[in-house]
Amino acid sequence: MDRVDSVLLPELDGPVPATLPSTLGLLSLALGVGALVAPGPLARLTGVDDSAAARMVIPAVGLRELGSAAGLISGRRPAGWAWSRVVGDAMDLTLLGRALADHGGERRRRLTLTAAVIAGITAVDVLAAVRIGRAQRARARMIRMEIAVTVNRSPAEAYRFWRDVENLPRFMAHLESVRADDLRRSHWIARAPAGQRVEWDAEIIDDQPNKAITWRSLPGTRVPNAGRVRFVPAPGDRGTEVRVELRYAPPAGALGRAVAKLFGEEPEQQVRDDLRRFKQVLEAGEVVRSEGSPNGISVRQQAMQRPAQPLPASRR
Amino acid sequence: MKATAWMGTDSVKVIDVPDPKIMNARDAIVRISTTAICGSDLHLYHGYIPAMRKGDILGHEFMGEVVEVGPQVRNLKPGDRVVVPFPISCGHCSSCQRGLYSVCENSNPNAGIAEKIMGHSPAGIFGYSHLLGGYAGGQAEYARVPFADVGPVKVPDEVRDDQAVMLADVFPTGYMGAEMCDIKPGQVIAVWGAGPVGLFAAASARLLGAERVIVIDRFPYRLRLAEEHVGAETINYEQADVLDTLNEMTAGRGPDACIDAVGLEGHHGNAAMYAYDRAKQAARVETERPFALRQAILACRSGGVVSVVGAYGGFVDKFPMGAFMNRSLIMRTGQCHVQRYTRPLLERIRRGEIDPSFIVSHRMPLRDAPKGYKIFQKKQDDCTKVLLTV
Repeated sequence: MDRVDSVLLPELDGPVPATLPSTLGLLSLALGVGALVAPGPLARLTGVDDSAAARMVIPAVGLRELGSAAGLISGRRPAGWAWSRVVGDAMDLTLLGRALADHGGERRRRLTLTAAVIAGITAVDVLAAVRIGRAQRARARMIRMEIAVTVNRSPAEAYRFWRDVENLPRFMAHLESVRADDLRRSHWIARAPAGQRVEWDAEIIDDQPNKAITWRSLPGTRVPNAGRVRFVPAPGDRGTEVRVELRYAPPAGALGRAVAKLFGEEPEQQVRDDLRRFKQVLEAGEVVRSEGSPNGISVRQQAMQRPAQPLPASRR
Repeated sequence: MKATAWMGTDSVKVIDVPDPKIMNARDAIVRISTTAICGSDLHLYHGYIPAMRKGDILGHEFMGEVVEVGPQVRNLKPGDRVVVPFPISCGHCSSCQRGLYSVCENSNPNAGIAEKIMGHSPAGIFGYSHLLGGYAGGQAEYARVPFADVGPVKVPDEVRDDQAVMLADVFPTGYMGAEMCDIKPGQVIAVWGAGPVGLFAAASARLLGAERVIVIDRFPYRLRLAEEHVGAETINYEQADVLDTLNEMTAGRGPDACIDAVGLEGHHGNAAMYAYDRAKQAARVETERPFALRQAILACRSGGVVSVVGAYGGFVDKFPMGAFMNRSLIMRTGQCHVQRYTRPLLERIRRGEIDPSFIVSHRMPLRDAPKGYKIFQKKQDDCTKVLLTV
């Protein structure tokens, strides 16, 4: 596990979305092969056996299913192929509707059952298509970054401070709090603009004392994220290179804009500032504050700088 | 409290502001007794340093009495009389630990902005623009001093305010300019600029064993100070060609080391050259007027050292790279790492080896700071250094 890209985020590339397209693909494959190899028994089973069109339509449906199967199993544009299945389902339901109008009795019973089964499959297909599409769009929005700072402290000291995740809000400006639930799990609360909050649970999935920590958000957050921090001894006995990799998928819509703002216009600059504060806290023991920047380092805040003179009592 | 604030180009005012308070555990609050106007404050006054804000408190040379300390400050207590170095330095980053206090890696809360202009950020400085931290300065009744366990140095009773306050900037800066020349017996050192830093560079070159010191300026009263107090030879660049004169004085070798104690607002004897750089500076095509630097490079003997302690802000035009490269010159520069020099120089003052108050020409109360800036800017009334008493 060398890079944070290899960390699976359950919502985006966890078990459900990753296997859903291929499961649907296998279903399509089975239906397609069945329709081509045994059109007669299939026609009887579904109740369309005596229809004149069935001899032509069933193999055509089979070919269509094979096409969807190939697309879904290949893994390229899974959302598009999932929607193609939905379109196919709609065609099948239309055909069944026409067949139903012409039949009665036992065959009508079988046709109704078939229609019910296909309607169920349609619902599954729609859900799958929506879910696969959402994950795909989130992956497209995914922000990745790699930022490093050299800290004049040993890897062990830097690791120890970071490993106590409740320390993180001391230098990560957008975090309101991090609560460690146990050694692995923690609950994070970040402040977003306009009084909004983003909360999520995270777990440490790889912990190499004095070397590296890897974490990811647990399912249920609206901002899936994963990160890794490595503590590499700096050459020439110059402390530790703290190398952070991050990957997160801000949601779309208003909350997404709020999250984007949270990380600043340039998300990398925000993380760079966080790392600068990490260095300050470890080396100097405190976040450095000036009268003009009473909250410490933040490029984003540069626009809001006040004159370099003592704060009025009410602002303290 | 009263404080001197930057109100815009060529405008300062003494205004009322809140008293400073401890913000961090390593802070101290100092009640200021004496503060000074530095030549580099004039760069702010003239509007050459970016990222000033109306109302910023000026001043990076100050001393006074500690009145309050944060819980992590154990070396100082209320009542101690201290002088405060101008670079704000954490003391624990690898730069501070190597003695490079003016490039402290932690003390500039606006490091990201400085990095865009300078590549890496230098240390924060009191009262010296938001580019260098946005710290309130010390031309005020009180100042908050961050990392008070690293910077301020206690001043013994026998050393006067007008001597000690020179340790905040100008004396150590001049001294570092001379120290970077790596002076050996028999050497000739030339110093551009006979302002406070240039005079201290010349005096320090003497303390460090230079055989001859040559000071270059255009104000006769300043050159007189160099002759009388430092024992330097002088050149008035408005009356003589500097390169010819230096070559003649050194029999064609050139000075062994050249110190630029002028910086970005230099003047030039040649009106056309001055107009060229002044126009480019006004158009922001270049940010400096580097006459002294160019001349120092051309004058220096082959293989010699060019030591730059004059303040520069951005980009230089017509840098004589050919001379610099072809003649094996060495350039050494830096904002002064004041914390390195305060104690040893205080010792020299205490032992009577030098009385740095010789450069002081004007003393006035803090409320007259606007007048002090004006006199210093226009070099009226033979002004070399203005002390403000609080």
